[in-house]
Amino acid sequence: MAVWQQTVGAFLIGLVIMAALPLVADYYTLTLLVVYGILALSLGLIWGYGGILCFGQAAFFGIGGYTFAIAAINFDAAWPALFLAVAVPALFAAVLGAMMFYGRLGDVYLAVVTLVVTLILFKFMNATAGQEWVIGAARLGGFNGIPGFPTLHLPWDAQAWLIDDRLYYFCFVLLLLCLSGCRLLLASSFGRIIIGIRENETRLQLLGYDTHGFKTALFTVGGGLAGLAGALFANWSEIVTPGLFSLGQSAEIIIWVLIGGVGTLIGPVIGAALLGWLKFVFGQQSVIDNSLVMGVLLILVVLRLPRGLLPAFAALAARLLPGRGGGRRRRLLAARNHRPGETPTGHEGGSAHGS
Amino acid sequence: MAQLAVFVLDTLYSVAVLVLISAGLGIIFGMVRVINLAHGEFLVLGGYSAITAHGLGLNIWLSMLVVAPLVVGMFGVVVERLIIRPLYGRLVNTMLATWGLSLVMVGGLNMIFGNTTTGIPLPVGGFSVGGYQVSGYNLLLIVLAALQMFVIWLVLGCTRFGLLACGTMQNASMSAAFGVNSSRVYMLTFACGAALSGLAGGVLAPLIGLTPGGGANYIAKAFITVISGGASVVSGLVASAGLFGTVSQIFTAVATPIAGELALLVVAILLLRALPSGISGRYFRNRI
Repeated sequence: MAVWQQTVGAFLIGLVIMAALPLVADYYTLTLLVVYGILALSLGLIWGYGGILCFGQAAFFGIGGYTFAIAAINFDAAWPALFLAVAVPALFAAVLGAMMFYGRLGDVYLAVVTLVVTLILFKFMNATAGQEWVIGAARLGGFNGIPGFPTLHLPWDAQAWLIDDRLYYFCFVLLLLCLSGCRLLLASSFGRIIIGIRENETRLQLLGYDTHGFKTALFTVGGGLAGLAGALFANWSEIVTPGLFSLGQSAEIIIWVLIGGVGTLIGPVIGAALLGWLKFVFGQQSVIDNSLVMGVLLILVVLRLPRGLLPAFAALAARLLPGRGGGRRRRLLAARNHRPGETPTGHEGGSAHGS
Repeated sequence: MAQLAVFVLDTLYSVAVLVLISAGLGIIFGMVRVINLAHGEFLVLGGYSAITAHGLGLNIWLSMLVVAPLVVGMFGVVVERLIIRPLYGRLVNTMLATWGLSLVMVGGLNMIFGNTTTGIPLPVGGFSVGGYQVSGYNLLLIVLAALQMFVIWLVLGCTRFGLLACGTMQNASMSAAFGVNSSRVYMLTFACGAALSGLAGGVLAPLIGLTPGGGANYIAKAFITVISGGASVVSGLVASAGLFGTVSQIFTAVATPIAGELALLVVAILLLRALPSGISGRYFRNRI
């Protein structure tokens, strides 16, 4: 199978990149960028392929982090906590997704509901400072968050913590596995139906597919991936705070995906790593405010490169190298035909003005 | 009796605040069909304009009620020309671009004013109802919110500009064929929305500790009030602000302010689930 070969090839290339990156930056920074990559991938999957613009991906990220912390304290073991940290956000995404998709919420309303859910979690977590807010042995800690939970260690050696280089390699391999998994998922019939729904939901419904169910399933996968990123983030930072749920966090995920390229898998990952690194660089000086830079970038990309960096570069490469890579060009055309943010129905959301 | 009066006043006040902070966003979403995620920062900009004008020795009423809307309105013109214009009709892209704008404004205000809280004194004192102390300024805000809604209704329903604006928003090419400069109408409508946000920021400046990032506290509430209200600017907004203000005040009274905020958000989600095109999409179709 061509897809299998491509995926394995890409996986091997990824391993080479994984080995090469520590030459240019330290493990601590790189690990964070890799975790951001998984988070960006989760939104890149549901937005780029399912056409679901979720403004609250940070909610699943935060739930993943908190689940990991709470479960790790209660079990006094990190590995079962990691599985819960994927399962709980996925379940939450399934419930929320089913409510939204079967409720036939339009694009804008979906964005608002996910935004509001993130906000509820943010406010709630900030309000849990008191003694009475405990889950098992874990105090929720309000604004200060939960510090001091057991982190991951090598499965055969309880004293060998996954820190620095070990955590980096672990996260990177997980990122590669997630990327490969998404690639194979999209090549399956499930993936084709999902892309079909993105292109024309009504047509897929008329063909007899339960489009709401498919979207819910995709949303669930995205929630699980974001939860995994949250758990890894918790391992990296060794503390979880309500800041995980903040609007700024949600904004950043969207910016990563948009700048990397909506409708690609590797684009969001590159976008996250690039912007995470930029943020790190700009954070070291205090002349220009960090969010100013991010904002200018976002505006410029929306106005000038609405398809993101990767498709723009790929289109450029395709123009410079004519006659090579037919399959690649076909995929580019498919990506070009889908412009993010343009819904086929145009003015979504209950216009009382009519037309 | 006095307790009831205070509760009613408090409820009216929280409705009034919702109306004030949402009106500008409502105009921009309901008329121009742009979701302005920089709305919170428009409010903050209004607040800072009022504070700066007051600091320069201007009369406090003048700085709140005139300078703030003027500054933000003019800022709105610039934003519309530079950022919004190429994106009309692409709702999600306007959301993303204005989100970028919001980050730029937070960063810019941070660099100019610094990340500290600033404020101006309350211009009016309080009075007592029974054994309770009531702020006169809250009462003033209630009146102001009612007045503002009335003026918007008047302008949209009874003036030539309102008619042209409504017509252009319904069918831009048709009104252009009748000789209306539709791009100017868009610009002016957007500027009016921005000015209303500035006004809200100006009058709220004495009540809140203003920080550059403070807009984030308002954007979500304004956003859900407008979206739940639906596309009719005045009736939808008043209905949803009334509902949310009452709910949050009830929960604040029986539990905590946090419970009030959470209740507001939960009710918003349930409402959108039940009425996906907002309150006015169901009950006030084709009204202003």
